[in-house]
Formats: sequence, structure tokens, C-alpha cells
Amino acid sequence: MTISIETGNGVCQARVAGEMTIYHAAGMKGELLSCLDRCTELEINLSEVSEMDTAGFQLLLLAKREAANAGKRLRLVAHSPATLEVLDLFNMAHYFGDPVMMPRHGH
Amino acid sequence: MELDQALQTFLMESRELLEAMEESLLGLESAPDDPDAINAIFRAAHTIKGSGGLFGLDGIVAFTHVVENVLDRVRAGEAAVNGELIALLLSCRDHIGMLVEQVAAGSAARPDKETEATGIMLLNQLKAYQAGVQERPLVPAAAPSRPQATVLPQPGGAVESGHWHISLRFGQDVLRNGMDPLAFIRYLGNMGEITHVITLPDAMPPSPEMDPESCYLGFEIDFCGDNVDKAAIEGVFEFVRDDCTLRILPPHSRIEEYIQFIAGLPEDKIRLGELLVECGSLTRKELDEALRVQETLRAGCGQEAAPMLGDILVEQGVVPPELVDAALGKQKLAREHKVQESKLIRIQADKLDQLINLVGEMVIAGAATSLLAQRNRDPALHEATSTLSRLVEEIRDSALQLRMVQIGETFNRFNRVVRDVSKELGKDIGLAISGAETELDKSVVEKIGDPLMHLVRNSMDHGIEKAETRMKRGKPAKGTVHLNAYHESGSIVVEVGDDGGGLNREKIFAKALEKGLITASQTLSDQEVYGLIFEAGFSTAEAVTNLSGRGVGMDVVRRNIEALRGTVEIASREGAGTTVKIRLPLTLAIIDGFLMGVGSASYVVPLDLVMECIELGEAERREIRESHYINLRGTVLPFIRLRDRFRERGKAGRRENIVVVQYAGQKAGLVVDELMGEFQAVIKPLGKLFGNLKGISGSTILGSGEVALILDVPALIQRAVNQETQLLAS
Repeated sequence: MTISIETGNGVCQARVAGEMTIYHAAGMKGELLSCLDRCTELEINLSEVSEMDTAGFQLLLLAKREAANAGKRLRLVAHSPATLEVLDLFNMAHYFGDPVMMPRHGH
Repeated sequence: MELDQALQTFLMESRELLEAMEESLLGLESAPDDPDAINAIFRAAHTIKGSGGLFGLDGIVAFTHVVENVLDRVRAGEAAVNGELIALLLSCRDHIGMLVEQVAAGSAARPDKETEATGIMLLNQLKAYQAGVQERPLVPAAAPSRPQATVLPQPGGAVESGHWHISLRFGQDVLRNGMDPLAFIRYLGNMGEITHVITLPDAMPPSPEMDPESCYLGFEIDFCGDNVDKAAIEGVFEFVRDDCTLRILPPHSRIEEYIQFIAGLPEDKIRLGELLVECGSLTRKELDEALRVQETLRAGCGQEAAPMLGDILVEQGVVPPELVDAALGKQKLAREHKVQESKLIRIQADKLDQLINLVGEMVIAGAATSLLAQRNRDPALHEATSTLSRLVEEIRDSALQLRMVQIGETFNRFNRVVRDVSKELGKDIGLAISGAETELDKSVVEKIGDPLMHLVRNSMDHGIEKAETRMKRGKPAKGTVHLNAYHESGSIVVEVGDDGGGLNREKIFAKALEKGLITASQTLSDQEVYGLIFEAGFSTAEAVTNLSGRGVGMDVVRRNIEALRGTVEIASREGAGTTVKIRLPLTLAIIDGFLMGVGSASYVVPLDLVMECIELGEAERREIRESHYINLRGTVLPFIRLRDRFRERGKAGRRENIVVVQYAGQKAGLVVDELMGEFQAVIKPLGKLFGNLKGISGSTILGSGEVALILDVPALIQRAVNQETQLLAS
């Protein structure tokens, strides 16, 4: 799992690649939250997330909540199929409120 | 209470309920609009369903539920009671009985193929009666193994949603234990359709405390599955059972259950109520109903702000009026049930047996004490022991009374038998029952069922003629089988009678001759000739068309009855009918006996059989030395000298007495030395070695510790009477 971060104009773009699972959750929590600290708007690009479990999903929830509490914006963009499946199964796409691109072979 | 024990109770209750159900169903045949009978049937089905659910017997629950629905329509007057429906319901009752028995046999998991097929067939037939029950679409009736499909909306108070509602709260360690809630929900999706999921992140703590390896999520899931029961859903979460809180509400749960359910959850109540609506578990209809109540409340109390939906659902006082009614009705029912319960106690039969055994020992010990008191000639002690023995006697009687049951229950079972067999035979036959309140020992009742069954079938099959024949003979076309019971001198008599063709003496005689059971020169009374049909292998199939064709069975009947120390006799009038009389001892354990001495030995006869005692003077003794009868007030009384009969060698007493005993209308005398009076005899069976001994039915222990033999009076009388007839004939 890697998170590459680009910052510009107060907007922080985080690109998560690889597994968003419990094995990396501890490290990821720190990185995401520190990202959020440094900016007013965080965009998380999920296009390269190959796998997501409940722990990974929880981190997104946490980030979203912390952002809302701090009056910042958080966007999830370019969901990978693995991410979409989780959001769909938990029925939480609306919670994040981001436009979601349905995969071509979806439902 | 152990589950196993509870299950036994369930089985027992179900059997009783099924019996009551059958009785009421048969009652409906003659009075199709009897509301009490319909209610009784409905209640039986309802209770079986309810209790079955407690044990997770889904097959029974699913099937009974459909039956209950049909019954509910009948109760509401929406479906007419006719012969066809009654027959169908009877078959359903049998099917439920079968399912219950299979549970009893331990194959609780799945009914066998055949039963399952019957179930499906019956459900299909029931469908005709439930169509249009409600405007809601009916799920097609299905096999008992698919309870989900057969669970139908319950009237009143149930929520409309046909989905399961599953509430999950995962423990924090679930992720660290290598489980992923995602996987379980995914798996649940394989079993049916997850119609709606709400993920609850509320439990997640502020970020500093939030451990990314802990799970903080909860889920409210609305689930719909065709092939699913509660156990299957629980099975999905088997692996995380320790790590999660799982609550499952089946389809169409009552609103009250939802209220309890909400109260049991950790989250904010109001929000949950609304979540449930969002989830689809509570629908617009229930929402509207709740809102209506809300309106009324506001109007009534002048409240400023109406409570939120969640509040209404939580506040038990403001559930819709029909729910309150239902709840009140339920309470009343429970109270009535309780009153009944306090009147009856269920006891294990072996506990009673144990009690009777102890009472038996006490009787013996009491007798020993009385004897000592008599010997010591201590008046105070004597008085004390006589009080004691009176009490012991009362205890004995009440203990035996505990085992007494009315024979009516056994008789009533034959209503169904007669109904079914008459249909099978194509004869119109009714059953008349009298003496149903006659009581007898439970152990006797249990053993008498089979012989009675055989006799009743026999009467119907071979006793009662075809309708045309009956008309020709000037009898009503409808035949009658009569069951009767009454007490007679210490025994109970059970009669199975019919108004059929009767036995044909000549044909039986000829057949017996052919079989070599008798010789042509023998003169036999009618009684004896009829008795021949109880001989082993006496099949009259070709010889007597209006008698049992099977032949086997009648001898088994007699053997069974004799094993109970009873006798069978048969009375018949050609063209008018046959009556089989079974005579059984009232109890098998303790009797009031009459103690007699012959030489150094003691003998006991049941006191009920003793008519009178006569002292034989010196002159009379000489007179009857060679004969076997005396003149008793103008009638011939045959007698037996017990001294001769049992080869007693002791010195003859100076006096002799005759004890006159009576059995089955025949009298005989027993000549003894000494009359020792009443005695409570605890019957001890004789060993196998003495099994073939004629004239003795058991033994008992005297107060002195000596053994006394209990005389088998019927056998002795028979012997005395036979002896007499032979003497007179020669």
C-alpha cells in the first residue's frame, strides 16, 4: 500500500494504491489524518485500490467524519471496482456523497 | 428445565392437543357451525405452532401455520365448513401428528420423503381455502422445509414487510481475529436478496482513540430469502457468534417485537425507529398508522410538539388500538391457561409407580405392626395401630386413585377409527359410547387399546351387515358399534357390541370340529361355542362369512386380556348382534383381600369377590363329604375344598367354613379351615417357575412375614362349575 500526495492550492490529492486492508490500516490512518490536517480540501483517488476490507473502509469513514467536523471537504474519486463493491455492499455511497462511476459490467 | 425435558412436555402436549383437535373436528361433522369446536381446533393448531417455534421445529411451524390460517378464515366465517374441509383438516391433523412423532423419534431435522410429499399435497389442497385471505399476494404453498415461503401475514398487529430484519453489532476484535464483516454480509447475499443495508458508524470513537484495527460498525439489514429460516441466518454468522451481537426479526413480526428490538439496541432510539422505516422493515402503512395515533394524541392532550415516530413506537402505550386489544386478549388467555395449569399437575408415571411401591411396603409393615400389637395385648398400642392402618388404607386408596383415569379418552379415540373404517368399508356405521366416566388403572388403560381396536374393527368389518341386508332384516340402515364400560364387583367391564348379524353357532361348531378343537359328542353351551373363536388359529374365513376373516387376532386379544388378569366372554344373538365383554381387575398393585387359613397355609381372595361366609356344622360336613355341592338356600352351590386342591397335609381343623365367591355372575364356594378376616394385600407377582400354575394369581406378604397365595378366583370358579357340570352329565 502506498499513498502518494500532491498538494496545491490548499487541495490535497492523495492517491492510494494497493490494498486498503487491516494490515496497513495503522499506517494509513496516520497518513490520511495528517494529510487532512495540512489542507482544507482532500481528494482521495481510489483508482488503484486493489482490495478493500472493513478496516480500510472504516478509515474512509473516519476521514470523512473528521473532515466534516473540521469543516473541510473530502472527496472520493475514481473508485476502483474493489472500492465500489464495498461501498455498494455497505450501501454507503450516499454517505460520502461523491459521484460514483459505475463499472461497465456492474449490476 | 432441561431442553430435552421441555421437548418431551411439548410432545406430550402436542399429542393431547391433536387429540382434542380430532375430537372437535369429528364434532364439526355433526354440527358444522359450532363456534366452540372451531375455536378449539384453531387454538390447538395455534398452540402447537407456537410451542413448535420455541424448539425451532420449523417443519411443524410452517405447516401448522398454513392450517392455522385456513382455520382463522373458518373462524371469521370466510370459509364454509363442509365435509370436504373437515376431511382435509383431519388429514392435516394426522400430518402434524406424523411430524410430531418424527420429532419424538429423533429425526427432528428433516421429515422423511414420504411425509414431506404428503405435506406438499396437503398444502396444495389447503391453498384452495386460503385463496383471497388477504389482498396481499400469497406466496405459493411450499414444502415444510421452506418455511419462509409459507409464512403468511398474520392478521392484526403484524408489520407488513415480508422480509427478515437482521441487526448486527460487531465486536471490536472481530477484525483482529481475522474475520471481516464484509465477508459475512457478502455471504448472506448468496442466500437471498439483501434488500437494504444501513451501516452504522456511530460507535466509532473520536480519531485519537480510534484504533484502525478495531471494528466499530453496526448494520441493520433487510433481507429476503426464499429458502431461509432463522437457523440458516444464524448459521451465516456462526464464526463470529462470540464477536457480534445478532438480532433477527422474522418476517411479519409484531410491532411490539420491533419496539422491544429497538429498545435492545445501543443506538439512539428515535433514530433507529426511522432507520427501520428507511430500511423497509417498517413500511409506509405502519408509519401512517403511527402518525395517525400521533395526531390523535396531539389533538387529545394539546401537546405542543408531536413525538417523533421512534417515540411512538417505543412508547408502548400508544401502539395502535388493535394491538392493545390483541395484547389484552393474550393476557386473558394466559391467565385462563394458568388457572387450568394450577388444577393439573403433570407427573412422570414412574414417580407414581414408585409411590405405589412405597405404599405397598407400608401396607406390609403396617400389617406387621398390627400383628405385634395384637400379640402384646396392649390396648393403647392396639388402638394406635388400628388408627394407623386406617390411615394407611386411605393413603393406599388415594395413591391408587392417582393412577385412575377415565376410560372415556380411550373410547373417544374410536370415533375416528369408526369414521375412517366405515368410509373404507363403505358402510354407514356410527359409534355409541356409554360409561365413559368409568375409571380404571392407567396401566390397564394403556394395554387395553389394542385389543379394543381389534374388536371394534372386527365388529365393523364382519359383524355389521351391508346396508341392503340390514334393511331386509328390518334394521336401520345405519349400523352401530357400542362401547360401554362399568364397574362390577371389583372389576371393570368393557363391552364392545354391535347390532350386526351375530355369530352363527352351527358354523363355528362345525369349524371347531374340523380343526379338532372339540369332538362331536361334546355338548357345549352357546357361551362355550362362541368362546371357541378366541382359540389360536381359529379362522372362520370360509366357514362364517359374517365373522372375522383374519382369524389371527382374536386369540391375541384373549392373550392380552388374560395377561392383565382379565377374562373375555362373548354373547351373541343371531341377527341381532354380538357383544364382547372384557372383564379386568381394577388395579394391578394392591387389593383389599380376604384372608383364609387352610392347615398351616394362608390364602387370600379379593374381598370384592366374597359374597358371604357360611360355617359348616358337623352334620353338614358328613353330608357333603362325597359331593361337590351344597344346597344354599335352595340353589346349587358347587364348591372346592382348598385342602384337597392344594394337597394341604396339616391336620384338619375342628371346624370348616365355606367362603362364597362370585365372578362374572357365577358363584362357587371355597372350603377353608379358618376365616382370618380382611387384609390389604400387596400383590407380588409369582416367579416364572410358577407361571403355569392354575388357580393362583400371585402372592403377598403377611404381617408376620409369611407368604400367602392369592387365589385366582375366576379359574377356581371355572373349575368348580366344570366339575359340577361333568358330574351332573355323567
